[in-house]
Amino acid sequence: MLIRRQPDLTYADVTPKGFYMGRRNFLLGLLATGAAVEAYKKLPGLVSAASIGSVPVKLDGVVKWPGSTTDTLTPIEKVTTYNNYYEFGTDKDDPAKNAKNFVTSPWTVSVEGEVAKPRKFTMDEILKLAPLEERIYRHRCVEAWSIVVPWIGYSFSTIAKLVQPTEKAKFVAFETYYDSRQMPLGSQAGIQLPYVEGLRLDEAMNPLALLCVGMYGETLPNQDGAPVRMVIPWKYGFKSIKSLVKIRFVKGQPPTTWNMYGGGTEYGFYSNVNPNVDHPRWSQASERRLGPGLGLFTKKIPTLMFNGYGDQVASMYNGMDLRKNF
Amino acid sequence: MLNSVLTSKWTKLVVFAACLVPIAVLVWRGIHQDLTADPIAFITHTTGDWTIRFIVITLAITPLRKILHLPQLIRFRRMLGLFAFFYVCLHFTTWIWLDKGFVWSEMWKDVEKRRFITVGFTGFVLLIPLAITSTAGWIRRLGGKRWQMLHRLVYVTAVLGVIHYYWLVKSDVRKPLFYGLLVAILLAWRFATWLIGRRSRPTAGSVRREAPVTAETA
Repeated sequence: MLIRRQPDLTYADVTPKGFYMGRRNFLLGLLATGAAVEAYKKLPGLVSAASIGSVPVKLDGVVKWPGSTTDTLTPIEKVTTYNNYYEFGTDKDDPAKNAKNFVTSPWTVSVEGEVAKPRKFTMDEILKLAPLEERIYRHRCVEAWSIVVPWIGYSFSTIAKLVQPTEKAKFVAFETYYDSRQMPLGSQAGIQLPYVEGLRLDEAMNPLALLCVGMYGETLPNQDGAPVRMVIPWKYGFKSIKSLVKIRFVKGQPPTTWNMYGGGTEYGFYSNVNPNVDHPRWSQASERRLGPGLGLFTKKIPTLMFNGYGDQVASMYNGMDLRKNF
Repeated sequence: MLNSVLTSKWTKLVVFAACLVPIAVLVWRGIHQDLTADPIAFITHTTGDWTIRFIVITLAITPLRKILHLPQLIRFRRMLGLFAFFYVCLHFTTWIWLDKGFVWSEMWKDVEKRRFITVGFTGFVLLIPLAITSTAGWIRRLGGKRWQMLHRLVYVTAVLGVIHYYWLVKSDVRKPLFYGLLVAILLAWRFATWLIGRRSRPTAGSVRREAPVTAETA
């Protein structure tokens, strides 16, 4: 018996040329997409460093603030190569290496929450909100070393007054920029990111609380928190949050990164410099000042209550047990 | 070929020189003002890192020589162990001299109060008798078995060293965990061979299992 087999495929089954060409185009498109993604990944390296804000530039019209400390400045090379910025690696010299191509332009800071006039500020606006002051502050790290830095900026209260916090606002929450593409080491930092910090409203409004845009006469280097950061000189360094993108006025005490870490084993919300309250693993009674030279045999100096800024800030903590609220 | 390299006195000299490279680099960088912004912290961390590395290398000798059938490796063990002691001495000296400025009361306060220093200090103290009794004379005086028992203290130091490192870092525990893993593997190997040895041993306890200990094999 002859079995007539129907042909499996008829002319109607032939893939139309358009589709077939489409596949080719699709493949080409795929390649192009891949190339674009690669190019995007390399973007920070391809675009000139100046246009993305990677290289510090001189700041003009900076006036000297009268309250500066007369302590010897820490050389800029030390302030730019010895950083805690875990988004760019946990070793002290990591941020200087890994933050080179961090894109800080364009940049906006969103100020929101319990305010009458929430608003986004561009970097250009921030640079022009008030006359820039050079303020030489002592900066005490929780790790018992300290530096003396000529920061540039103005009191944070300037920006606060523009957005008009309502009566409900009792605290201010700050947030650092976080992008795992630009900060691939962030996932290994061991802390939750984005980095968040907070201050009580009166602390944030204290004239010493600095909204900082530069140091040593120039805009901030990336590893030091470009393009805009906070500097809170009477608190341990980690309270001085870097690369700010969000400021939120809130009713309740906001969570902070190092409070959340390890179930609050590191430090409390206030984290005021206090020689009488030790870190769980080391004494805070003295500090190593990073100055010019190797300083191998330089004696440690005693740490001062509120890092020596007691006259300006101590009254905010009247009646508070600073051993409990550390 | 490998055998002649491993038994050559020149190899020992080369290994000795190699063990001095970390301290040489440190001195070189010191001369060139290149010890980071916080030189004391940098020296402390560098000497501490090399201490745990040398402890791990020393502990790896026995497994390596058994697994690779290279008994000659034993020639290097004492030297490597003493280099671990050399770097821990530098580590301790950096702390007590450059960091504490020889204020012994400060030092004791830290040892008592801070658990990472307590365990680190304990690990250091436990190495002292091992360094002292590392000579052929001491092996003879103590007798191989007792000497070996004493020198098992290095297991305790290795574990304390890892804990010291783990408690010291703030949040990024990858490095201490890495050394912890190495120490765990090396100790687990010893435990496993001990278990196997116990099982396969003839019931009579009179059979001598190991060759007598000498300065070279110890």
